[in-house]
This record gives sequence, structure tokens and C-alpha cells, in this order.
Amino acid sequence: MDSVPVNGVLRSRLIETTIMALEYDGGVVIGADSRTTTGAYIANRVTDKLTPIHDRIFCCRSGSAADTQAIADVVTYQLGFHSIELDEPPLVETAANLFRASCYRYREELTAGILVAGWDRRKGGQVYCVPIGGMLVRQPVSVGGSGSSYIYGFMDSNYKPNMTKDQCLELTAAAVSLAMERDGSSGGVVRLASISKDGVERRVILGNQLPKYSTH
Amino acid sequence: MALSNVLHAPAAGFNFDHAARNAELEGLFDAQIPKPVKTGTTIAGVVFKDGVVLGADTRATSSEVVADKMCAKIHYIAPNIYCCGAGTAADTEKTTELLSSNLTIFSLNSGRNPRVVMAVNILQEMLYRYHGQIGASLILGGVDCAGNHLYTVGPYGSVNTMPYLAMGSGDLAALGILEDGYKPDLELDKAKELVRAAIHAGVMNDLASGNNIDICVLTREGVHHIRPYQVSQYKDKRKTKYKYGAGTTAVLTEKVVPVKLEVVEETVQRMDTA
Repeated sequence: MDSVPVNGVLRSRLIETTIMALEYDGGVVIGADSRTTTGAYIANRVTDKLTPIHDRIFCCRSGSAADTQAIADVVTYQLGFHSIELDEPPLVETAANLFRASCYRYREELTAGILVAGWDRRKGGQVYCVPIGGMLVRQPVSVGGSGSSYIYGFMDSNYKPNMTKDQCLELTAAAVSLAMERDGSSGGVVRLASISKDGVERRVILGNQLPKYSTH
Repeated sequence: MALSNVLHAPAAGFNFDHAARNAELEGLFDAQIPKPVKTGTTIAGVVFKDGVVLGADTRATSSEVVADKMCAKIHYIAPNIYCCGAGTAADTEKTTELLSSNLTIFSLNSGRNPRVVMAVNILQEMLYRYHGQIGASLILGGVDCAGNHLYTVGPYGSVNTMPYLAMGSGDLAALGILEDGYKPDLELDKAKELVRAAIHAGVMNDLASGNNIDICVLTREGVHHIRPYQVSQYKDKRKTKYKYGAGTTAVLTEKVVPVKLEVVEETVQRMDTA
């Protein structure tokens, strides 16, 4: 985010990152790296970019740390209020639309690329992509962040519909590791979560446990 | 009353006009646009077994001159919450004062001690609203009913929580010590020594950090603000006293002119104290 430097040191913190979400029959799997940078300095090497919005709805954040935290807080409030009014768990599509509403209205001021993923009773596991600019589109698989460029080919060739939850977790871990290997702005640990009717399971894969890929 | 307010009252909220104007002018001048003073700092915090230890250096610089050798960078927020501030000195001072006032009012209204997350949320909301124009990088530490907490809030309003943190111009030096020496559930002495060593690394390796080291220990039992914890070994002794004794300046003449005041009007207002 290019901003007016108020004093020589101030720079916004960015989550230039690798984030990913995919649907399987019965839920979704989401994954992210854990690096937040301020210029060339890693401000947080264990960031949690998988943010809960509701019981069965998460978002993956990329872009400006401050902007995405603020938007996620706003949407959490709006969705929580909506859910209480309806007296039933909210739909993933509703959450995605709330994100899109904020991201599109304030598109000039914000730098936020968000993946909304979750499970609801009506449509099961869903992934919605809300990139910079405020588009909204549902996709079975979506990657985001600066590291995503390196894994489009991997995703296109390795994702198959109707995979099991464990296959999805393995695929996500592999993809994020590959992106972290190539993208300087991604790194740290791999955070994974799977969301289904039964709840949320979170997992961390530490640096030394990452799948190893080496060309030489 | 400032004359500029006579014609119209200033609008509420923050005014970004000058920031926009400065951005436009940046390319046009040959001379350097004056920058606001950057105050170098090393601040750090560590969560240990029984609470949180915060540390800071005590140097405030104005370009190349040390403006204050015993500056207090660990600010009181609440009886159980303290905050280290790096960045523009005025911004950190006023932001923490504002936060402290708000939390005091909350405490009085609710009868509870404030929680650290509440302080963090208030700071985050405020700093995000001003979009980085308030140059405050803060490390908040505190102990409340939910445990021991350490957070950092950046100038743009991003929040991170970690068991150990360092901010300021000396943060890289301090973080090296913290990354090497931190273990979960440290004892109090080890934690104090770790923070002291981290700030010391900043003092030694960053020109804008220096002088003494302050430490603040927060636990369930209370707060121990040790100021200074370590005194700078480079303190110089003054060679002589620079105070002028009485009689240095000779008095040549003395003239006393009494100012006559008359009582023009006298009113008595009864105060009802019943």
C-alpha cells in the first residue's frame, strides 16, 4: 500500500501472502502462510490470517493488515447481529456479500483481498472470492495473495472435484508450502482449518514439518 | 481565543487537507520538505509465568541532539495495564493518555478493572480511523482475569499478539536477543534479565536509543515500575556548578510603584451548603 510517509519510518503492514480455500463434499478446507511484512522487515512471523467470522464461517485475509482486520471486525459484528435477528446460523453467501459491500464501497481507500469460506445447512461447503476492487464470485477452489501466482498451475492440475477432507488438507498444505518456497513475501508456518457441519478443526504445520520440495 | 476561529468554528474530527496538500507538493520543491521529528526508541515486552515484563530506553532525540535523557516511555493506562510507546513522542503520549482516561471512566461506570483486549480494541479503532496520521507504535501489556497479555498496535491500526515483542528504531537488535533467549513460562528474574538485555542491545546498536533502561513488571499482585532499572555507564559528571549565586548581578537602582486599586462593586452570593 503506497501511502504518504508521515515520518521516515511509518509504513503500513501488509499481508502479502498465500491464502487458499477449497470446497469438498461436506465442508471447506482453508490454508494460509504466516508472514506479515513492513517493507523488508517481517513484523510478525506467526500471523494468523484465518479469521473466524462466525461459528462455521472463516475468512482468509490478504492485503493491508489494518484494513483487513478492520473489515473483518465490521463484518463479524454485522453478521452476528443478523444471525441473532434471524435466530439461525447465517449463510456463507451472506457473509461474503457483507465483505463485498464494504470492499466495493470503499474500494478507493482499501487494499483487501479476502476469501470467505464456510459451511451452512443450505448449500454445504462454499468458497467465495472477494478480491481487491470488491468483486464477488463463488469458486470451488480459490487462491489469493502474492504467492498465489506460483501455484495456479499446481492447483489446476492437482485439484479434482469430490476429494475427501484429508486429501484437501494435504493438497492445501502442499500448495501453500510450494508458494512459500518461491514467494519472498510468504513464509513461516502453514495454518490450516477445516470447517464442516461438525465444527472447525485447526492445525499448524511448523517450518521443519513442511513437505519438502527441492529442484536441486 | 485564536483569531482563526472567529469566523467559523473548526469542523469536528480530523482534517486530512494538509496531508493531501503535502502529498501534492512533495515533488515540486527542490528543498527538502520538513519532516516531523522521529524519536528513536527501543521498547520490548515479554510474557512470563506470572505476568508481563515491559522495557524501554529513555532517550528522546530531536534530530542529532538528545532532547531528553530520562524520557518516560512506559505509560500508565490502568492499574493492571501499561503501554510502551515508539514513534512520534507527542502522538504516543496523547494517545495513551486518551486511552487511560477512557478506561478510567469505564472502570468508574462499571466497577471493573479494564481488560487488556478492551484497551487494544480502543487503540486499534482510533489509529485505524486516522489512517496512519498518528505515528504511534505501541506495545501494550497487562494482567487481567483472562490471563497475561501482550499486544502490539501499529500506526495504521493493525494488531498482533505474541509472547515477546519489540518495536521502535532499535527493534531489530532487541528482537535478536528475544528470539534467542525467549522460552515459555520464564521465571521473573530471567524475564527481567531478558528484557533488559534486549533493550541494552537496542541501546548499544541504535544511535537513536540510549541512556537508561526502564523496566515495568506487571503481575496479579501489582505493578513494579522500576525507573531506572539500569543506569547508563556513560553518564558524565558535571565539572562545576552552573548556577549563579545571589549577588552576581549588581542592583543599580530600585523603584517601587504601588498600583492603586479601588473596590468598584461588591456582591455577596450565598452558597447553600445544607
